[in-house]
Amino acid sequence: MKFTLSWLKEHLETEASAKQIVEAMTMAGLEVEHVEDPASKLAAFTVARIVEAVQHPNADRLRVCQVDTIDGRKEIVCGAPNARTGLTTVYAPIGAFVPGLGVTLVEKPVRGVVSNGMLCSAAELEAAEESDGILELSGDLAVGTPAAQALGLEAVIDFEVTPNRPDWLGVAGIARDLAAAGIGTLKTSETLAVDGNSACPVTVKVDGEACPIFAGRLVRGVRNGPSPQWLQDRLRAIGLRPINALVDVTNLISYDRARPLHVYDASLLLGGGIEARLGREGESFAALDGKTYEVGPEMCVIADAEGCRVIGLGGVMGGDSTGCSEATTDVFIESAWFDPIRTAQTGRATGINSDAQYRFARGVDPGFILTGLDLATQLILQLCGGEPSQMVVAGLAPSAPSAIVFDPAYVEGLSGLAIPASRSLSILEALGFRCEGAAPTVIVTPPTWRRDVEGKADLVEEVARIAGYGSLPSTPLPETSRAIGGVLTQRQSRARAARRFLAAAGYAEAVTWSFTAQQSARLFGGGADSLVLANPIASELNCMRPSILPNLIEAAARNARRGFADAALFEIGPVFNGDQPQDQRTVITALIAPRPGRDWGRSAGDDLFSMKGDLLALLEELGAPVGALQTAQGSASPWFHPGRSARLQLGPKAVMAEFGELHPTVLKELDAAGPMLAFEIQIEAIPEPKKKAVKTKPSLDLPSLMPLTRDFAFLMPESRPAADLIKAVLGADKALIASARVFDVYRGQGVPDEIKSLAIEVILQPRDKTLTEAEIEAVSARVVAAAEKVGARLRA
Amino acid sequence: MTDLNQLQADLSNQIAAAPDAATLEAIRVATLGKTGSVSALLKTLGSMSPEVRKLQGPAINALRDQVAAQLLARKSDFEAAELEARLAREQVDLTLPSPQRRKGSVHPTMQTMDEMVSIFAEMGFAVAEGPDIEDDFHNFTALNFPPKHPAREMHDTFFFNPGADGERKLLRTHTSPVQVRAMRRGNTAPPAPWIAAGQEPPIRIIVPGRTYRLDSDATHTPMFHQVEGLVIDKGIHMGHLKWTLETFISRFFETDAVMTRFRPHHFPFTEPSAEMDVGCDRSGGEIRIGTGSDWLEILGCGMVHPNVLRNCGIDPDVYQGFAFGMGVDRLGMLKYGMPDLRDMFASDTRWLAHFGFSAFQAPNPVSGLS
Repeated sequence: MKFTLSWLKEHLETEASAKQIVEAMTMAGLEVEHVEDPASKLAAFTVARIVEAVQHPNADRLRVCQVDTIDGRKEIVCGAPNARTGLTTVYAPIGAFVPGLGVTLVEKPVRGVVSNGMLCSAAELEAAEESDGILELSGDLAVGTPAAQALGLEAVIDFEVTPNRPDWLGVAGIARDLAAAGIGTLKTSETLAVDGNSACPVTVKVDGEACPIFAGRLVRGVRNGPSPQWLQDRLRAIGLRPINALVDVTNLISYDRARPLHVYDASLLLGGGIEARLGREGESFAALDGKTYEVGPEMCVIADAEGCRVIGLGGVMGGDSTGCSEATTDVFIESAWFDPIRTAQTGRATGINSDAQYRFARGVDPGFILTGLDLATQLILQLCGGEPSQMVVAGLAPSAPSAIVFDPAYVEGLSGLAIPASRSLSILEALGFRCEGAAPTVIVTPPTWRRDVEGKADLVEEVARIAGYGSLPSTPLPETSRAIGGVLTQRQSRARAARRFLAAAGYAEAVTWSFTAQQSARLFGGGADSLVLANPIASELNCMRPSILPNLIEAAARNARRGFADAALFEIGPVFNGDQPQDQRTVITALIAPRPGRDWGRSAGDDLFSMKGDLLALLEELGAPVGALQTAQGSASPWFHPGRSARLQLGPKAVMAEFGELHPTVLKELDAAGPMLAFEIQIEAIPEPKKKAVKTKPSLDLPSLMPLTRDFAFLMPESRPAADLIKAVLGADKALIASARVFDVYRGQGVPDEIKSLAIEVILQPRDKTLTEAEIEAVSARVVAAAEKVGARLRA
Repeated sequence: MTDLNQLQADLSNQIAAAPDAATLEAIRVATLGKTGSVSALLKTLGSMSPEVRKLQGPAINALRDQVAAQLLARKSDFEAAELEARLAREQVDLTLPSPQRRKGSVHPTMQTMDEMVSIFAEMGFAVAEGPDIEDDFHNFTALNFPPKHPAREMHDTFFFNPGADGERKLLRTHTSPVQVRAMRRGNTAPPAPWIAAGQEPPIRIIVPGRTYRLDSDATHTPMFHQVEGLVIDKGIHMGHLKWTLETFISRFFETDAVMTRFRPHHFPFTEPSAEMDVGCDRSGGEIRIGTGSDWLEILGCGMVHPNVLRNCGIDPDVYQGFAFGMGVDRLGMLKYGMPDLRDMFASDTRWLAHFGFSAFQAPNPVSGLS
């Protein structure tokens, strides 16, 4: 919503400066977005007078002018046909930025004659959309007068109107709030009723569902034409284009009182009446903007010719067929009330965002329907003459807001603002509320234009914003009993710990979109239609992700294309199995795009196992029972390399993580160069530790005897995972064997094909006596026997 | 009688001339070994007459001691030389690089979120969560957005296609639906254990999470993060809201110099509603907090609308409270100087390394936030 100070002062008696007004508006809830001040934009431009204009020696269309300017007499070359001796116009010095041209003036010869500045048109100053020729100003103006002042341009204040305050879409409404805030005195003049001489010959009819009330009046014998200068200037100042007096009056009242109106050329109406009804399937409508719109059954249309011809979309736009032109002599003025929701929907369906639509969609004052019509009539009579008929009204205005029982003490109760009841009530009255009765049961009736006010909390807001949020107290929150064990849940703490762990382990945390392409989602077991957005921001972001992996793979690929191929990324965030709340899970996902063989003294192929190490260490950090985890080789999801991936699980139904190399086909589909390694942890699959009453750790059992180490080498088929051997070995003597670990894997000379040699270090921990050689031999024999059961035999 | 002096001189020469430890050891065996020459001399002492022994004894023992000392001295020379040589051999080029260690980092949005959680935890707020895919009831209706109201349009909502039951799910446009989940009487068994259950007042929670709006430019991304706050109790008023947010802002920006102001605004789910601005300086083309005479809007807040309380089964004449919502990414950008919101989600490893945080900068009240 835009307005100028002079317009505001039509309604508000005030000495306040633009700056004070902007500040007061902001603190009363009218959020000023921008103040466009032509005086500063046009600071360089001043009034000048052409003393002599002669033909340019080398160019037919140019004149060389001697100009009296603020900088003294200047020789200026001008191409405007109206550059003539004696003309008072606007001068721009060298160095000025000309807003309409977007250039800064430099001194340069024009066809051999140096121009020491420029004479400007209205368009060049952005004071008009187009101009032919330079400005022609009154000869009374002194040379050097600022151009903005000479052109009557003033500051335009642009502010955001929140949807609850349609009354701020009129300058009078802004003035009312400013007056209440103490910025001046409201002086909006009362509108007197217009008496018509005769009944209105145009009949009106409403279908209450489409339009609750429709009022109108005919004015005969008007002389339409351009509006007077003051009206044109007022509209132009806020960016509206003057059309003709009849239309300009409706625009003026729309911006002045937030009361949209429409004028019809009565001679173009077919039949004797107008009706407002719901649209019919198959109807179409040629609007004033020159476009034709399909009419839907949810729209309110205005029709003539016994309801057969659509001549307007109610509250949205009038029709081309009945619009007012300079030839109009009989005008029918419409003042109606259209339903906000229906108007908003019609606006969306047609894409029309007119000033009327904007206002009706937010709800105009149902108490100003007939008064607005009288105001429009008066202005039309004033500007165009004519004979008014009586008013014609169909339907009933929507009911006014209900009264509220209000205890002024609630102001302090809800806002903390300690102000006297009398002050609260006087603020409400200044805003147009009617207050009756005494505290604690004051009956407060909101004004008709405040349909947003429903209850006592709304009244507190009115009082508090006018009294000023600046005076709100700052009151410490009462102490509460804190959650003794900290505020985070186990799951939240785990996510937090995982983040710090992975960052310390060399992974950079990324935050990627929750969406991906449906096609990519399908590669990771997702892509269901229920997770596809109806209105995505882009087609490659149209589906909720089933996994973080596609996003991290694409991120790594993007980095590689920039020349940074060695990404190690992680993200902790949501993934979606379905559209129900419980289908959302949190996962910890890490991805490495390794750069093999680029470190001296380090061999390729380490990355997968170093990542496995990171994964297990992280799981342990998160409290997972790492010792009990099975590594299920080859059973990871299909987006992993089948031979280089595994699941970590407590059982087939309790999968905690998957890790491995990503499937080359998946990488290719995502246009990523491999190999890439990844793991995904289901944070919710990690069992919660048992809640314990005390935090003491279990007692420490330190054996007094030295552990012994025995090494074995076993030959085992390649197809058999090493985990089988370790499990068998550990089971050979659960009391004595403390650990068993593969420390070397050998293939090659001395080992048959398809067989690997696994070197295992077994640690024996004697408990109550030193082991004899015979006992050690016996354990070793059990180890070998256990190994044989899983297809391993001792290497000779 | 061997001339002991001569023998000693010979042995001295031999020891001195020994080229290596092995030769020296051979000399030791040949002299002091069981059958060595000096040992042999010592053995002769037993067969000597006491007078001769008295004379020869000290001389032979002295010879033995001297040879032993010389051998030892020479031996330690060799050991020293050997160590010297070994150390020289063992030299490595320490200018070679260590194996590459990837430098990990915490994303600035997550760091900022951790900071916020830490500040509010100190004020007694618990952390509640809710789903990103919401229904119309939780995201709008329960929050007092009238059906088809223009305020809904301002939220630029992402929708899913209607399901078999005709219900159209959406991506939450704010974290406020979790308010409804946390306040709603009867919501005792939420759909999943991590989703906020309804609780009886007093309620004091924050809700960090992802939010979505159909928007994309330098200051808007289709996904962003919010932290929502909710306090419901008897007698909570706007003064408490103001204190909470003022305290938060100075702790978050880690300075008392931040100016703040409250401005009236409109949100369907709060009444009265406000926006909070922080003082800033925009003169250099970038925004600096804690200085200057300009204002920057940073969050929306207000007293929970009585209709919202009623929709959740709470009597607004008994309980009241406040709610606020702030953009995590945006506050992180202001604090740490990231210029473009879109970069936050672009996963450029150079950006992550530059703007990311060390794992060990976990915010905590003892060492400060950052």
